[in-house]
Amino acid sequence: MNNNGTTINKNAQQIHEPLFQVTKRAYTTWQKAWIIRAVAIAVALVICAVVIVLVTGLNPLNVYGTMFEGNFGTERKIWNLLREIAMLLCVSLAVTPAFKMKFWNIGAEGQSLIGALASVACMIYLGDKLPNGVLIPVMLISSVLAGALWGLIPAYFKAKFNTNETLFTLMMNYIAMQLVAFCIVFWENPKNSNNVGVINSSSKSGWLPVIGDQKYLLPVLIVALLTAVMFIYLRYSKQGYEISVVGESQNTAKYVGINVKKVVLRTMAISGAICGIAGFLITSGVDHSIRSDTIGGLGFTAIMVSWLAKFNPIYMVLSSFLIVFLEIGASSIATDFKLNESIADVLTGIILFFIIGSEFFIQYKLKFHKRDKKEA
Amino acid sequence: MKKLLALLLCLVMVIPFAGCSEEEEGFKVGFIFLHDENSTYDKNFIDAAKAATEKLGLSEDQVVFKVNIPEGAECYEAAAELADDGCDLIFADSFGHEDYMIQAAKEFSDVTFCHATGTKAHTEKLPNYFNAFASIYEGRYLAGVAAGMKINQMIEEGKFTADKAKMGYVGAFPYAEVKSGLTSFYLGAKSVCPTVTMEVKYTNSWFDISAEKEAANALISDGCILVSQHADSEGAPKACAEAGVPNVAYNIDTREWGPDTALISSKINWQPYFEHIIDATMNDKEITQDYCGSLADGGVEILGLNETVAAPGTKEKLEEVKQKLISGEIKVFDTATFTKDGATLTEYMADVDSDAEFAPDTQAISEGYFHESEFRSAPYFDIDIDGITTIE
Repeated sequence: MNNNGTTINKNAQQIHEPLFQVTKRAYTTWQKAWIIRAVAIAVALVICAVVIVLVTGLNPLNVYGTMFEGNFGTERKIWNLLREIAMLLCVSLAVTPAFKMKFWNIGAEGQSLIGALASVACMIYLGDKLPNGVLIPVMLISSVLAGALWGLIPAYFKAKFNTNETLFTLMMNYIAMQLVAFCIVFWENPKNSNNVGVINSSSKSGWLPVIGDQKYLLPVLIVALLTAVMFIYLRYSKQGYEISVVGESQNTAKYVGINVKKVVLRTMAISGAICGIAGFLITSGVDHSIRSDTIGGLGFTAIMVSWLAKFNPIYMVLSSFLIVFLEIGASSIATDFKLNESIADVLTGIILFFIIGSEFFIQYKLKFHKRDKKEA
Repeated sequence: MKKLLALLLCLVMVIPFAGCSEEEEGFKVGFIFLHDENSTYDKNFIDAAKAATEKLGLSEDQVVFKVNIPEGAECYEAAAELADDGCDLIFADSFGHEDYMIQAAKEFSDVTFCHATGTKAHTEKLPNYFNAFASIYEGRYLAGVAAGMKINQMIEEGKFTADKAKMGYVGAFPYAEVKSGLTSFYLGAKSVCPTVTMEVKYTNSWFDISAEKEAANALISDGCILVSQHADSEGAPKACAEAGVPNVAYNIDTREWGPDTALISSKINWQPYFEHIIDATMNDKEITQDYCGSLADGGVEILGLNETVAAPGTKEKLEEVKQKLISGEIKVFDTATFTKDGATLTEYMADVDSDAEFAPDTQAISEGYFHESEFRSAPYFDIDIDGITTIE
C-alpha cells in the first residue's frame, strides 16, 4: 500500500495528469446512443435488484414482472397506460415550445387547471342549454382561451418589464388553484362537501363522445394528432425556427430582424393554449369533475418529459411512456407486495437517475489515462 | 430503430399473456385508500382493514390494498381493476370517491361496493352499493363530558370563575359533519358544566398543521381554557401542549405530544364495519344499505383518557353516560338541552337527500330530540345553537 502510494505521488509530480479526462463527443451515432441508454437501463435494473433484495428480500424478477403486469396485464390496464401517457404527453407538448425558447414556463400546472376550470364551468352552466355538438367545441375553445390567457400574462410582463418568468408562472399556479377552490364553493354537490362530484352524470352533456367501446380512444387520438402537429410546427415552420433562434440567442434574433417580444408572447400563448387542451381532455374526457389537484403534478412532470426528449415531440412519446410506465409499475409493486409506495419511488428514482445520467455519456466521453507500466 | 420497435411490440404482445393468471378461487376483497398510512385519516382505515381481515382469517392473496388513489377517474379505474382482478367486495374510504364507486357499481353488478362517509346509497338504491358512517357524535359527547368535568375541577381550584368557562374549537370547514361534532362536544361539556360556552375557529382545510396551530393559539389568547378540534393534524394538540391548556383530540391518542395537556380523544373504529361487509359478502347475507357504527357495536370509541390530566372520577362517569347513551336514556341532541336564538326547537327540516337544490327534505326533530344519523348515516345536524360563537 505504502509503496503504491508513493509511486502515485511520484507520478503525479512527474506528469501532472488527471485519472480521466472528459471530452465532448463530436458526433454520436444513434446506434451508439441507444447502446449507451440500454446499458444504463441494464445497470439501473441490476442496482434496483440489489436494493430490492437488501431492503425487502423479494425476488427482483417477480418485482419487475409485477411492473409489466401492472402496465400491460389486462386490456383495461393498457388503456389506462395509454390515457396517462396521452395526458402527460399533452402537457409536455405544451411546455416544449416555451422551453425551446428558454422561457422557463413552470406554470403548465396552472395553465392546464384554468383550462379545466373553463371546461367545467361550461359543463355546469351550459350543460342543459346546448346540445353536445355545440357544447364540446365551446368547451374546447374556452379552455384554449383560458390556458392561453394564463400563459400570456407572465409572457406580457416578461416582454414588457423583463420580470422573472420562473417565479411568475409558478405563482400563477397557486392563483389558478385558489380560483378552483373558490369556484368549488358554488359548485359543490352535495352542499358542504367541498367536492364537485361527477358533473352531468345522467345527461352526459359535455362528455367527450366514446368511440366504439373505448372512452379513452378519442383523447389518445387527439394527443397523437397534436404530437404530429407540434413536431411539424417546431421543425418545419417559420415560427418554429424563430423559437429556436430566440432560444439560442436573443441578440442574434434581434440582429436578423425577429421581433423577440412578439415571439415570446405568441409562443407562451401557444404553450398555454395546449395546456388548456390538456385541461379540457382531463375534465371532458376523463374525470368529468374538478378539484384543485385535478392536474396532479403533470405540469411539473412534463418538464422532465420534455427535457429527456430534448424537446423533440416524437421522442417525448417515448419519455412520457417511460415515466408513466415507471409510475404505474411503482404503484403495482406497492399494491402486490403490500409495500409502502416509498420503496417503489426509490426504484423509480434509481432508474431515472441512470437514464438521465446516460445522456451525459452520450454527449461526452471519458478518456482514461493508461499508466506507464515501466514507471510503476 | 425498426428492430427496436419490433422488439417493443413483441414485448407488448407477449406480456398480457404472461400476466394472465389462473382464475382466482374463493373470496377476495379490495380496499381503495385516498392516501397511505402517513395520513391519520387513512391510517385509521388501513389499521381497521388489517385487523378485520386478519380476524376473519383471510390470506394475503385475498386482500388487496390500493393506496394514494385520487378522487377522480383514477378511483373508478382502481375499482374496475380490482373487479377485473376477481374481487367480490370493494371498499373506498374518501368522500370524493363516491361518484366513481357508483359508476363502477353500475358496471360490475356482481361485485359489492362499499363506501365510507358517502351519502348517496339511500337515494341511488343500487343493489350492490352501500354507504357507512358512524354516530361519532356520541363519542364526541362523551369527550365533552370529560372536558366539562375538567372545567369544573379548574373552577373548584379557583383558576377562573364559572362565568369565564369558555372552550375553544378548531374546525376544518363549517360543514354539517364538523358542526354536528362540535355541537355534540359542547352539549357533553354543558351537561356537567351548565355555564360553559364555546368559541369556534375554522381553518378551511382538513389538514394544515400551521393553520390549526395558529387557530388554537388565537382561541387560547382569546381566553379559551380548553381546546378541542376536528381537523386531521397535530397542530392544535401541540399548541395546547405549549400553552399548558387541556386538549381533547380526534381519531388519535395525543398523549405523546402533550403528556400534561392531552385529556381524551374519540374516534370511529371501522373494524366492526369491515367484519360486517366481509362476512355478509362471503356468506350471501344482507349488507346494511347505510350502515352507522355506534358506541354499542364498537364502531365509536373513546381512547387515550389521560388520568393525570382528567378530573377524578372521569372514567366512572364516562362509563355511566356511555351506558345511558347506548340504552337511549340520554339523547345527545335532546332539544331540552339547547336553544337557538333563545327558543327551544320543535322542528327542523334537514337536507338529508342529495339533490341539486340542496333543499331541506326531512323533518329531523321529533319526540323531543334531533334524530342525527338515523335518516342516513352521514351527519346532517347543522344548526348554530346558542352558546357557540364563531370567530374569524
